[in-house]
Amino acid sequence: MTVRDVAVEAYKEALPALAASLVGGLIAGVVLGGMRAELRAVPGLLVLVPALLATRGNVYGSLGARIATALHQGLIEPRVTGGDERLRAAATAALANGVLTSTFAAVVAYFLLTFLGSRVAPLPILVGVAIIAGLLSGIVLTVVVVSVVFAGYRRGRNPDTIVGPVVTTTGDVFGILFLLIAVRTVLAVAGVF
Amino acid sequence: MPTEWTVRAITRAMLPVLLVLTLVELGSGLVLGSFEAQLLRYPSMLVLVPVTIGTAGNLGSVLAARLSTSFHLGTLSFSPRDDELAGNAVATVALAVTVFPVIGAGAWVATLLVSGDTSLGLQKVVLIALSSGISLAVLAVAVTFSATYVAYRFGLDPDDVVIPVVTNVCDVLGVVVLFGVAQVLV
Repeated sequence: MTVRDVAVEAYKEALPALAASLVGGLIAGVVLGGMRAELRAVPGLLVLVPALLATRGNVYGSLGARIATALHQGLIEPRVTGGDERLRAAATAALANGVLTSTFAAVVAYFLLTFLGSRVAPLPILVGVAIIAGLLSGIVLTVVVVSVVFAGYRRGRNPDTIVGPVVTTTGDVFGILFLLIAVRTVLAVAGVF
Repeated sequence: MPTEWTVRAITRAMLPVLLVLTLVELGSGLVLGSFEAQLLRYPSMLVLVPVTIGTAGNLGSVLAARLSTSFHLGTLSFSPRDDELAGNAVATVALAVTVFPVIGAGAWVATLLVSGDTSLGLQKVVLIALSSGISLAVLAVAVTFSATYVAYRFGLDPDDVVIPVVTNVCDVLGVVVLFGVAQVLV
């Protein structure tokens, strides 16, 4: 193949996935843009945003890839019965790793910012936001990833090519949306005391 | 046989990588924090953040996945005159040139609709997005080629190593480039 052939093929193959995640990214951006009051109220929150978003992508992208491979190998059935131990273990592990990693990000961010002498919200606030956001977005993303991969597989689509765009798009949107919900919840609770 | 399907086995395989990647991402968070005042003053810049990071990561991961497949098929040679390398590099830049003006215009329109804010003009936001996009495409190509080459030299499977490394490095570069462009243009 000539350079031109390779370039045209690569371009055509990638454009739909990029366009899909672009829409998700813009929606996430709009929510982030509407969060300016919360970002001002919780200094250090913006520093957490890339780590939290990347964790969603890494954890649930890996869950999706694992399920896609297992479907190819016939290890699991494309049906949500709730009784499948493997599926339950994979989903639990994803959720636990997601919440643990988010909490780790909040703790490290707090100490980094304190060390650098920057303004930062109290540790319990940042950790509370990270845990609530990690838990809520994790539950929704597990459901979305499992059902979309299963539905696609049953309709004869290759689950490998579905996972990437689905996770990047929904991960960004739900990642930011539940971050907003988590901040508002934590601020409301903190305001009571 | 891949990782066993138990919570413990999956966590043991994943958690260390996740924690390291989190440290890398916190680096980009600190860059973001360093121009927080600017981002809060111009909401359309804030809208650009997730979509720029995401698209940069996607450009890198698509390229990495393609190179990894060519590598497994044995059609890739690491010569500067390799058609496969050149074609994929051209496609990555072309994708950035196609997608980023749409991102800029989309961010501007979305900001206008949601908050009525036009503190940065349409042309300026499109220019910020496009110049970030072109810089990111060139960086994504450089990072992906180097990571794939290193994996090849060390006898590692590029599927395991290159894609997560490239995606997360491109995330960070997304923020760094946006910061650089904002300092020059805003």
